[in-house]
Amino acid sequence: MKTLTIEKLTKSYAKETVALDEFSLGIDQGGCIGIVGESGSGKSTLARILLGLESFDQGQILFKGLQIPPKKKKDYRDYRRDVQMVFQDATSALNPKLPIWKIILEPLDNFKEVKPSFIKEDGLSRKAVASHLLEMVGLEREFVDRYPYQLSGGQKQRVSIARAISLEPSLLICDEPTASLDVTVQFQILELLKKLQEETNMTILFISHDIRAVTFLCEKIVVLKQGIIVDHFHMKDLYKKNRHLYTKQLIKVASLS
Amino acid sequence: MKKGNATLFNLPITTKLGITLVSFLLILIFFGEWIMPYDPFQIDMNNRLESMSHQHWLGTDQLGRDIFSRIVYGAKLTIGLGVITIILSVIVGVPIGLISGFSGGKIDAVFMRIIDAILTFPDFILAIAIAGLLGPSLTNIVIAIVLVRWIVYARLVRSQVLELKQQEYILASKISYSSKWRTIRMHILPHLIPTIIAIGAVDVGKVILLISSLSYIGLGAQPHIPEWGAMLNDGRGYFQVVPALMMYPGLAIMLTVLIFHLLGDGLKNRFDIRKRGLRK
Repeated sequence: MKTLTIEKLTKSYAKETVALDEFSLGIDQGGCIGIVGESGSGKSTLARILLGLESFDQGQILFKGLQIPPKKKKDYRDYRRDVQMVFQDATSALNPKLPIWKIILEPLDNFKEVKPSFIKEDGLSRKAVASHLLEMVGLEREFVDRYPYQLSGGQKQRVSIARAISLEPSLLICDEPTASLDVTVQFQILELLKKLQEETNMTILFISHDIRAVTFLCEKIVVLKQGIIVDHFHMKDLYKKNRHLYTKQLIKVASLS
Repeated sequence: MKKGNATLFNLPITTKLGITLVSFLLILIFFGEWIMPYDPFQIDMNNRLESMSHQHWLGTDQLGRDIFSRIVYGAKLTIGLGVITIILSVIVGVPIGLISGFSGGKIDAVFMRIIDAILTFPDFILAIAIAGLLGPSLTNIVIAIVLVRWIVYARLVRSQVLELKQQEYILASKISYSSKWRTIRMHILPHLIPTIIAIGAVDVGKVILLISSLSYIGLGAQPHIPEWGAMLNDGRGYFQVVPALMMYPGLAIMLTVLIFHLLGDGLKNRFDIRKRGLRK
């Protein structure tokens, strides 16, 4: 059984603007799936729908056999635990009034019964758990007491990732996590995501307009244009002749810049 | 400037002045009974309408009561009522603003229409109407002003919540399965409290003015009570003979309002991130 099955998902804003048009996709557990598309192609809408932040008009989404968004309270809770997100703008994703450790621990505080597998010892203080998570995303333990404004963009995005993986979700949705970072930091964040994916075997749904970032991270790639899947292929077939014209265009534009 | 590094010493001069003068007012409020040379209610018909003297620093009124003692006593009453009114307005207005801004939709629409309806009247006129309906007393005047004043806080909080709701950490909080109340406590209230304190401080001045105005037209404190507005009203009949009867309470109101404005403005600038960035 697929972890995530999206069937004929349709969503439109107002009357004329169709964000997603009969979008279907099946995702197995593990691995990275990339969704590429230009602005307005419906990729962020997809992320928001998968996270239950927005409703949709038609179709259905099944996550581990359950309809999304789940109706029952217990199912909803499990779903919240299992699906997490990394946002595009790390500055806006971290509350400037809170120290890093409080930001990171917000999800874990809501699931007191969860014992994450990365915590080996019992009775660790909350700050120790937070600093452990910071180490997992490649930040120093000392950062726990800092505030977001004392961190650089890349460091903030790492904090955001630490928060998202604290519950060990099986699906991590990344909505353009590298778009607001400069090139070298982008690369580091992508490497971090790749490393975390290999360590935890979670599924990463990586949404981006940047085909280079997607091809670096993902094995399977879906190209989205105006809410319709125009092309989907395996990473190794990227330069095959039968690629869709639009995909070729994206590759060409990416190689120019 | 680094955050959390602010001391009393690097505040702007107006804020310092505001804080100093407010502490002076606080001393007047809490230690007034020791400062007062006379009982503010003591009638002494032998010493009516005296001018400034060694015995009576600011003279006496038409019933021979010591004006200085009455003003000191009135400070507690006037400022205390002002502060209480603001606290009550915050208690009523902030939750309504939070609910309205956070839930949106129909609830928001209902509250906003109520607020629009109240806003169509000038607040002073509405306060007169409510105080008139409830009957003249200090409690009723506080109720009347709270009923007019909560709008300020509801609107302020609502607009801030709407702005904060756009932030992705609110979404992240929802994704983290935080309850609405927890999201509000963690991510919204810490942003609101400084603004509310700053606006509240300015508002205390405005409300003191309102209370005194209502007392002046006879809807608030009754004549024997040394509330500053009531003292103005009291002295009205003798205004042309002894202007001091109206001058001193008037000055007291003016200075107090000014002090709270200084303090509030200072706090507002202090908490305003946009202005903080500009200041060296």
